[in-house]
Amino acid sequence: MAVYEQTYKRYAGPLTSEWNRFLIIPRHAYRAVFGSKLFTAFFVICFLPLLVEAILIYLHHNFSAIAAMKINVRELVPIDAYFFQTFINIQGGFAFFVALLVGPPLVSRDLRNNALPLYLCRPFSRTEYVLGKMSVVLILISVITWVPQLVLFLFQSYLEGFTWFKSNLLMINGIVLGGLVWALLLALLTQTISALVKWRVVASGVLLGIFFIPTVFGAFVNEVFRTRWGNIISLGALIKNVTAGLFGTFDRLWDVMRFRDFDGTITEIQLVEPPLWASWMVLFVICAVCLALLSWKVKAYEVVR
Amino acid sequence: MALPATVQEELIRPQTVDDPPVIDLHGLSVAFGRRQILKGLRGDLRGKAIGLLGPNGAGKTTLIHTLLGFHQPTAGTAQIFGHDITDEAKKIKTLIGYMPERDAFIAKMTAVHFVRLMAELSGLPSEAALERAHEALFYVGLGEARYRKLDTYSLGMKQLAKLAQAIVHGPKLIFLDEPTNGLDPPARLRMIKLIREIRDSGQANIVLSSHLLVDVEECCDEILILRDGQIAVYCNLEEERKSNRKFLMLETRGDQNKFVEALSSLGCEYAISSDSRLKVVLQNGVEVRDLYRLAGETQVQLRRLSYKRDSLEDIFLKAMENGYGGL
Repeated sequence: MAVYEQTYKRYAGPLTSEWNRFLIIPRHAYRAVFGSKLFTAFFVICFLPLLVEAILIYLHHNFSAIAAMKINVRELVPIDAYFFQTFINIQGGFAFFVALLVGPPLVSRDLRNNALPLYLCRPFSRTEYVLGKMSVVLILISVITWVPQLVLFLFQSYLEGFTWFKSNLLMINGIVLGGLVWALLLALLTQTISALVKWRVVASGVLLGIFFIPTVFGAFVNEVFRTRWGNIISLGALIKNVTAGLFGTFDRLWDVMRFRDFDGTITEIQLVEPPLWASWMVLFVICAVCLALLSWKVKAYEVVR
Repeated sequence: MALPATVQEELIRPQTVDDPPVIDLHGLSVAFGRRQILKGLRGDLRGKAIGLLGPNGAGKTTLIHTLLGFHQPTAGTAQIFGHDITDEAKKIKTLIGYMPERDAFIAKMTAVHFVRLMAELSGLPSEAALERAHEALFYVGLGEARYRKLDTYSLGMKQLAKLAQAIVHGPKLIFLDEPTNGLDPPARLRMIKLIREIRDSGQANIVLSSHLLVDVEECCDEILILRDGQIAVYCNLEEERKSNRKFLMLETRGDQNKFVEALSSLGCEYAISSDSRLKVVLQNGVEVRDLYRLAGETQVQLRRLSYKRDSLEDIFLKAMENGYGGL
């Protein structure tokens, strides 16, 4: 259909492969996402803790720099599982705000403008659509969480030597899986909310609510009942426990609370975190519910029965 | 992994007489809950441009949506170019384009970006998609406005952008659902012209659903009228036009009595509708030139002669009054 010919002609060229066609969605979405200067600035800020992390790792191995700065090596944070776990948790916080800024309009905008039939009338399934929309958030979060963490882990291994790498190999589990679980959960949550709520501001509010309201309620339950089981409904606590489990630093005993009764006797209560399997189970249920809701909402047309 | 060669070949191969029908319905039924929307549709459609007609709620849009794979049939099935709509849905989707009835676009995108995205989702490589997006927008007449955001388009422009996304990947079959909805007369004429151009190019078949009979009459050579989810009438307009060439409307000046007597002598049936107008049914072996000869002999002027045939409106109204008639 050349411009000068102005006639309808079929396309006779090659077609792209089907398996990675869902990645077309994030490629086009990023044009709009990074069109916002505010978001771009925020995304750059997300890398600052990683820079600090890289500097700390570097300082550990640069004795001349330590000497010049007159720092005692013992004062430096040790580079171990806790070190990487702390930074992955910090990056997790940034990831939440990235998801909050990018996720809500992704599906809702298509639903509002009846764009779904345009996607689904092509050789492009509902699964590919959801996967494509999720990968917008997934890729961005991965770029600021587990991918740079993994690079820094390799950097530390390079500086420390192969023995350190071999003895800390399990940390890769924590970095990659911990980051991926958080990214997947955020991507699923944002897409589900986006599919259910048509307006961006409301969707962002709902995401904040889902994150903070159960956390506050869980903290309230913890205080009132002198337990840690309230954490089972807090997304932040759940992901923290799961990441700790993956890093091998999870300890169920959180604290021991001592208090004096009216008769003067001292009672000790052990505050024990919910078991890891319970945290995994809750995350699994949340993901399953999100998938069920997405499968219900992401359709070319709603059928009125 | 590129698409299998057979699919690509099928995309570019023109339709021949020996090919399977464009749409083949095998007792297709669709129900939403307890509501039966399509009731055992049967028949094969082979027209270059197939018109779907019917009153509101007849099942036109549901039929299109089912053929596109948006709804699952509750019984029966259908085939598009010989491919089953349930078993080979993805293959079918590589062959079709769809222009939905309602406003449908992706917000905050320029037209060229939107059409390019749609082309890429249809499987075109990025560069080819961009090239064809420009071409498609020029073709539908949005060339100058292609860098404007779709949100700022008028209704007519949005309709054209929807058409551009439906044809950008060069499909073999294009579903157009109410393409002239909400258009002013010049925009409607432009849309009809585009549809006819695509039809006449012979590169794609068209299924046009519209409640405007005149649109269907201007564009289609085959029509399917639905009523209550069943086929009320199937009609090949081309054949209808040919078969009705024996019915004439005449306007005369002069002594009509002598002329009608002469017509009777030729064995033609006639009816006088007014002083100067006649309806004539030509008998076999009688040609129009015989009428001119008779007019000359009886000193009558033939001021107007036209073929009278059932208009689509007549066919539609009859279909609504009478029972159901399959293919």
